[in-house]
Amino acid sequence: MAKAKLASVWLEACAGCHMSFLDIDERIVGLLEKVELTSTPITDIKVIPEVDVGVIEGALGNEEELHIAKELREKCKILIAWGDCAVFGGINCMRNFMPAEEVLREGFVDTVSTVNPEGVIPRVDVPALLPQAIPVDRAVKVDVYVPGCPPDADTIYYIFSEILEGRIPTVPTDVMRYD
Amino acid sequence: MENTNTAVQEKKGKTIVVNPVTRIEGHGKITVQLTEDGAVDSARFHVTQYRGFEVFARGRDFREMPVITPRICGICPVSHHLASAKACDAILGVTLTPSAAKLREVMHMGQIIQSHALSFFHLSSPDLLFGFDADPAIRNVAGLAQDFPDLAVAGITMRKFGQEVIKTLGGKKIHPWHSIPGGVNRSLFPQERDAMLAALPGHKENLRKALDLVKKYLAENADLAKTFATLETSYMGLVKDGNLEMYDGRIRLRSPRGRITDEFDDTDYLAHIGEHVEDWSYLKFPFYRSLGYPHGSYRVGPLGRLNACDDISTPEASAELAAFRKTTADGMVHYTLYYHYARLIEILYGMERLEELLNDPDVLGSDLRVTGDVTNREGIGVVEAPRGTLIHHYMVDERGAIERVNLIVATGHNNHAMNKGVEMVAKEFITGPDVKEGALNRMEHVIRCYDPCLSCSTHAVGKMPLKVEILDSRGELLRTVTKE
Ligand code: SF4
Repeated sequence: MAKAKLASVWLEACAGCHMSFLDIDERIVGLLEKVELTSTPITDIKVIPEVDVGVIEGALGNEEELHIAKELREKCKILIAWGDCAVFGGINCMRNFMPAEEVLREGFVDTVSTVNPEGVIPRVDVPALLPQAIPVDRAVKVDVYVPGCPPDADTIYYIFSEILEGRIPTVPTDVMRYD
Repeated sequence: MENTNTAVQEKKGKTIVVNPVTRIEGHGKITVQLTEDGAVDSARFHVTQYRGFEVFARGRDFREMPVITPRICGICPVSHHLASAKACDAILGVTLTPSAAKLREVMHMGQIIQSHALSFFHLSSPDLLFGFDADPAIRNVAGLAQDFPDLAVAGITMRKFGQEVIKTLGGKKIHPWHSIPGGVNRSLFPQERDAMLAALPGHKENLRKALDLVKKYLAENADLAKTFATLETSYMGLVKDGNLEMYDGRIRLRSPRGRITDEFDDTDYLAHIGEHVEDWSYLKFPFYRSLGYPHGSYRVGPLGRLNACDDISTPEASAELAAFRKTTADGMVHYTLYYHYARLIEILYGMERLEELLNDPDVLGSDLRVTGDVTNREGIGVVEAPRGTLIHHYMVDERGAIERVNLIVATGHNNHAMNKGVEMVAKEFITGPDVKEGALNRMEHVIRCYDPCLSCSTHAVGKMPLKVEILDSRGELLRTVTKE
């Protein structure tokens, strides 16, 4: 059987979801016999190829992330929103109560240790913030939702195993968690 | 080597872009600016993500911060958890019980072990074992598992051990919940402690093997090791009575020549550390105020700490530190590749310190929490995260609602050094739009040495192709090179 191809991205996120994937520990070896990791943050392939499964960790908080989410959606058959950030927007949405400009000002001008008399705000060669951080399905269609902050390694392993068996999984209630 | 969008046209004053820089934690890219005659003019490492944690908590109760702030980083969430809890202790104006302080440190040592193991075994060792120019298809953990199965398994299980220490206390491996303002919410059971103590010797033995391997590598590749992005800088780290310290100490800055420039209480950080802003990166550039920016830039993390401290309090790591310092005449180690060596010495310290703590009856104690009211309107908490000094600073109103937050994250301190290092490699390996094989991986490896909490240090399994965009001075795409 040909290996299933998987691409994953981490967008407005903390990497915890990908780290939780690594917490499947030794099981990763067996999994890699069935799955080919293509473009992921833990490999170095920088161009997303056509894949069977796409995984998004993180919300969408800037223009580049929005672009990547759309690109991955086009290139995969099944798209998984992985973790609270991707599913709901998560912690990132805590900035949504104020305009993006104010968020930038606080970080780069007003914070007490910043020495920035000219009020420089990064805008060159960096993607502009979206007005609000949004969950993935506000921008593209999502097929599988896996909440949790991060989802437990066992949950992640279960989801992948199901997909590899050709089933579209739903997270069973005993491991479903919102935290 | 495969070229897509090959040579479009030649123009004057070009920029090469490496995007994304993978295997770092977060999001980054590299651009290389060429002069008109094709030499490298400058190189920049851009951090392209900003989430705005400084505003997240406005108006919330400060007691929530130890749960909110770990979401900054899923790779070292414990650092944020602890720095945050310390800032909260300061707002309450309380001193922890010995049990609480030691249990926090137990979790911290678990994290130092797991995070450093990930950085070394999963991410960086393939570059060292297979060489920068090796086939990317094998230069990864899968290749490692095949050619060096013992080492790969040792790395995976060492990380797992550290993660399990964290989970035992905090319920989860990532984003655990254990520290609370004024203490911790649980102590260790004797059987849990015994299991940890029983597992330690095996991991220590594996670590010794990894240390031998790194030392052999550095000796056999001495020229590379001593020139690769080597930078003479100042170094910063926490110390306690001059010794290496991870959880609670004074901030020390040591000059490139080995003189102690300054040592101050962590609560005085604002008087000494400022942050510079560039318009091309979302990561700020911290500097030592009395020297100004960029002259006052310094390095942190394993190399920074080992250069900043006088000694290490545990015997095996102390002996290893002495050997480490023998590599140079004055004992100051400026070689960037030695970050890996320093990282392993710190794992050794983490294991020895963990053993010490576990053998202390206090970790089984039940006096875990000191309660208090908002007594101070400001709280500062500083710890050594795996990647360097981490500062949390909160200002609250009289009921404890957050008014202002200031965070200086570990990776920021190395921002200037990462940029300089990338530029040095670019100058050596790039002329005109022609990029020598291995050049891009070398530039990325500079960044990976610092193991930044951004998205390239996470290379666990897989390949290492790069995408380079060559742009002209107006930002128009000239050429894209992709390596697979
Ligand atoms: S869901 Fe949690 S673990 Fe995953 S990226 Fe978001 S904050 Fe991190």
